[in-house]
Amino acid sequence: MEDLIIKVEKLTKKFKNFTAVDDLHLNVHRGDIFGFLGPNGAGKSTTIRMLLTLVKPTAGDIQIFGENISSSRDNILRRIGAIVEKPDFYMYLSAYKNLEILGKLSGADTSKKKIMEQLGVVGLDKRANSKVKTFSHGMKQRLGLAQALLHDPELIILDEPTTGLDPQGMKEVRELIRELRDRGKTIFLSSHILREVELIANRMIIINKGKTLVEGTVDELLKSDTLDVIFEFADSIKASQIINESRFAGMVSSSEKNEITLKLLKDEIAEANKYFVAKDIDVLAISPRKSLEEYFLKITEQ
Amino acid sequence: MFGKLILIELYKIFRKWRTYIGFIAIGVLLPIILTALYYEGSNYINFSMRALKGSFLVVGNLLNGYLVGYLILQALIIHIPFLIVLVGGDLMAGEATAGTYRMLAIRPVSRFKILTAKYLSGIMYIGILLLFLAFMSIGVGSIIFGTGELLVYSNKIYIFPASDVIWRFILSYIFAMLSMSTVFGLSFLFSSIVENAIGPIVATMALIIIFIILSALPIESLAWIKPYLFTNHMNGWMTFFADPVDWSEITESALVLGAHSVGLYLVSLILFLKKDILS
Repeated sequence: MEDLIIKVEKLTKKFKNFTAVDDLHLNVHRGDIFGFLGPNGAGKSTTIRMLLTLVKPTAGDIQIFGENISSSRDNILRRIGAIVEKPDFYMYLSAYKNLEILGKLSGADTSKKKIMEQLGVVGLDKRANSKVKTFSHGMKQRLGLAQALLHDPELIILDEPTTGLDPQGMKEVRELIRELRDRGKTIFLSSHILREVELIANRMIIINKGKTLVEGTVDELLKSDTLDVIFEFADSIKASQIINESRFAGMVSSSEKNEITLKLLKDEIAEANKYFVAKDIDVLAISPRKSLEEYFLKITEQ
Repeated sequence: MFGKLILIELYKIFRKWRTYIGFIAIGVLLPIILTALYYEGSNYINFSMRALKGSFLVVGNLLNGYLVGYLILQALIIHIPFLIVLVGGDLMAGEATAGTYRMLAIRPVSRFKILTAKYLSGIMYIGILLLFLAFMSIGVGSIIFGTGELLVYSNKIYIFPASDVIWRFILSYIFAMLSMSTVFGLSFLFSSIVENAIGPIVATMALIIIFIILSALPIESLAWIKPYLFTNHMNGWMTFFADPVDWSEITESALVLGAHSVGLYLVSLILFLKKDILS
């Protein structure tokens, strides 16, 4: 069984004089939840459209399941479920009928039991016979997930799957994605909600202007950079004096009320805490503020 | 899979209300025409036969279902294209507008099959619409007025025996199907280019009107183009109601219309195969 599920090499897409994707490389392994990040206009949607044969590459090679997408299109697409940007449906048809039609085209089991079961997974079984035009954006998003999963694909490409969902819905989608990963599925997740990617992805790529900026495991990428860590002290004046006498003196980025923010590597947080305790300073709270969001902004602004 | 695709496309066509505009138009208009003919049809017969009345004694039921079917086909066939483009113009562009293009195109079904299934289901829609027209005109007309000889008044007056009429109607409707397929093919081509259904509908109607005007203009410098304008051949069905039938003229018209239909389908296909789906 092939381990490399998606292998993209030198992928380029030009629209007349505009280069949307420029010499992009990426690898997605079996069982990955792969975060695909980039600011608006970075080329994410174009890349996803090329993976799904909606857009033809100007140059480069896409291999999925070890086969070339242009020569084995149907075989590959049979094993992929996807949401591309916002999920759109036949508004004049019911949720059930939409799933039945799209499922038939994907070669899925479209028995009533199976379709209702899938609608149940996304919480739409009670609205099965309602026309999609009566659905909210969040409900369409759920239906989008249902159509992507109906034929039990091995690779699931999700482009902004939580857009329009409430916090509970977002949490449910995260849990669903983890559950899919546990069932051996590979997830390619594009999202502008970086916290979402940070919470569930194990590997990620950040692209901008069509080019790869960084690619690796989420832990590696975040670990390699300093974090803003907020220390809340019982006595911030004393704490400030102690810090100024220590090797952390040059690492203070801000100080406000009882909080002092230090720029630290992830490994240095415990060391700093031990130091303050040893100096008899009460540390009330430690909050690492470094997040994927900050990392993302730093990387994409370079 | 291909049969399944066609059934899906037909299902989608017949779940849209715009599909029924043609049926509603025919369903409303024909009872009005039938009622008018019921009360005033004898005037038409008298007018058509005025030159013959002095020399011939006309007996039998000339105002019958066959005459009604002929008159209605003659009157409505130039308007049916406007009903057909409502569906043809929406078939591809409607998917782009709704964003469902990409939902279709990421399935393990080739673009060739998607487009061809749409094209064929559109042709089937035309067939169903024309069958409805035939039923409402010849069928209902025969129930109300009975059957009999068919009086056709063109540049000559023909009176066809009842036994000699049905095959002419069948071939006329097959020919009408070919004409309408050409109109449909044009709207389908426009529909596969743009992402809004209004554009193809308006463009097809505009082009038909332009072609009809060009066909009608008595300008010698434009004469060379007329044989190639498909609108010039759309009335070819009337040739079946002449005696003898001019088969060479019908064949020529059928070839022009058929070439247009196939050509329009092929251009649509090439464009769709090359298209980047960005909607």
